[in-house]
Amino acid sequence: MSLSPPVDGRLGVAKTFKLYIGGAFPRSESGRSYPVTDTKGRLLAHAALASRKDVRDAVSAARTAGAGWSGATAYNRGQVLYRVAELMQARHEQFVDDVVAAEGGTRRKASGLVDAAIDRWVWYAGWTDKIATVLGSVNPVAGPFLSWSAPEPTGVVGVLAPQASSLLGLVDVLAPVLATGCTAVVVTSQERPLPAVGLAEVLATSDVPAGVANLLTGRVAELAPWLAAHAEVQALDLIGAPAELAVELERAAAGTVKRVLPRPGTEPDPTRPPGLTRLRAFTEIKTVWHPVGR
Amino acid sequence: MTRTVPAPRATAESTGGFAGVGRDEASLRRFLYGLPGVDQVGLERRAATLATRSIKKGSKLRAIDLAISMIDLTTLEGSDTPGKVASLCAQARRPDAEYPDVPPVAAVCLYPDLVRGAVERLAGSGVQVAAVATAFPSGRSSRAVKLADTALAVDSGAGEIDMVIDRGAFLTGRYGKIHDEIVAVKQACGNAHLKVILETGELAGYDDVRRASWLALLAGGDVIKTSTGKIAPAATLPVVQVMLQAVRDWHRLTGEYRGVKAAGGIRSTKDAIRHLVAVNEVAGPAWLTADLFRFGASSLLADLLRQRRTQVEGHYAGTEYIGAS
Repeated sequence: MSLSPPVDGRLGVAKTFKLYIGGAFPRSESGRSYPVTDTKGRLLAHAALASRKDVRDAVSAARTAGAGWSGATAYNRGQVLYRVAELMQARHEQFVDDVVAAEGGTRRKASGLVDAAIDRWVWYAGWTDKIATVLGSVNPVAGPFLSWSAPEPTGVVGVLAPQASSLLGLVDVLAPVLATGCTAVVVTSQERPLPAVGLAEVLATSDVPAGVANLLTGRVAELAPWLAAHAEVQALDLIGAPAELAVELERAAAGTVKRVLPRPGTEPDPTRPPGLTRLRAFTEIKTVWHPVGR
Repeated sequence: MTRTVPAPRATAESTGGFAGVGRDEASLRRFLYGLPGVDQVGLERRAATLATRSIKKGSKLRAIDLAISMIDLTTLEGSDTPGKVASLCAQARRPDAEYPDVPPVAAVCLYPDLVRGAVERLAGSGVQVAAVATAFPSGRSSRAVKLADTALAVDSGAGEIDMVIDRGAFLTGRYGKIHDEIVAVKQACGNAHLKVILETGELAGYDDVRRASWLALLAGGDVIKTSTGKIAPAATLPVVQVMLQAVRDWHRLTGEYRGVKAAGGIRSTKDAIRHLVAVNEVAGPAWLTADLFRFGASSLLADLLRQRRTQVEGHYAGTEYIGAS
């Protein structure tokens, strides 16, 4: 629970930060929580400390949600992602507070990060119905066939979110997963999880179907191996993985032939213009050969 | 709630216990209404308590294997084809193609017209072929039709017959009709095992479940089965407990072992293990065998195999790697 001070003699309303699994906000199955502090070491709140069974439940939820989300039209997915941006805009001030508390710095800087996060949703919302055009192709073949290739969503993507950039970094890796039609199980920044919980509350009220995005707060080193080895996870984004675990996680992921986005040497600056890398990483190219008669 | 049903007053003094009870409608009714009522609150609380037992590691692996060996792998769809039955039989013999140490299931459960093909495919495997009969699932037909249905299944080689009781007759108190029908079907079964489906979801409360259980046991059913799988709620833990109490008391009073089959609605390993805990606690360890306890299920097997792989391989497994439906 966060400790908000009494205001005008009124008792503060303490908030309990929970996980986001399958569209619901459960406590950790393990019943554990851990203290979250601001950049100066002052206690902000206690967040749920997810266990491997929460990972399992989240993957089940993501898998169940996969059929509906990947089957939705790209146009519809774009509308839903745009709606996430709308609702984030409505809670702009709260996100600024959360980001200042988590990352320090001025409100002005935090406000810029929140703006960028909202814009990132809009950017990826625009991409949903253009991915096939850009990544797909009609292939020239030497035979009486019409051959074309089109991207399809990979499936359930496990995401270890960036550790430093608590909100923009998270949106930067979550939005492309959802834009491609994949579903996500995200382990948030370990030390700065509270903006992610705020984002979960936005996702829960913004037409994103239950289970499409699942957010777990907790120790990355504890959860990542279970996510990496889980046979129902089809892809893994290691951007926020601990350096000493990166190789081991890739090896575990290879056991079930996952798509892996490897851990970069240093955490990339999330304010940089986004590219197509993440959209391409979580799609599979299907090629169809159709006979043409004459 | 755990106390034994007292030996029924007028009828059970004679040896063999219940020889005269099925004699006529009146004595049946007297016996069934003489059964003690079920304490609903206590029963449900006990079911909830037993469901909290934590079964881990080696015990869990054993429980999973036991549950697999107790499954009646079921397909009861209008769209069943010989091809579907063939793949079901292959899966019944060897549930997980990559792990030959997984035991075969207990039986496959089919409509009578598909029995013959299944019998050929399962010859020598030890897997039984069970057939639903007697105008399954409603049981709304004449006795002649029900007996002909049973005969079709038995003549095709079914080793087990799953019959349904006439719930309409039960709810209107015509216990004698049901009793005589079960007796007649039992006769038509010959050497085949008879499972009597009570369809507890259509009965009115736990008292009715207890009465129906005793009625089926009195009439000679080898196994009492919760549901057809076509009605929700199907098998629930409290209902299965009431039925387990009935077969336990039957054994205490007559020395005979009768079985229970929980069918419908059990889809997860967790649920299956909860049922096994209930079997052990309510009936006793003697019932932890495929002869005396069965799961009627179609999707449960896939989850059991997945959880088994999770135990054996040390990471969460995926259904697409197993090939179970």
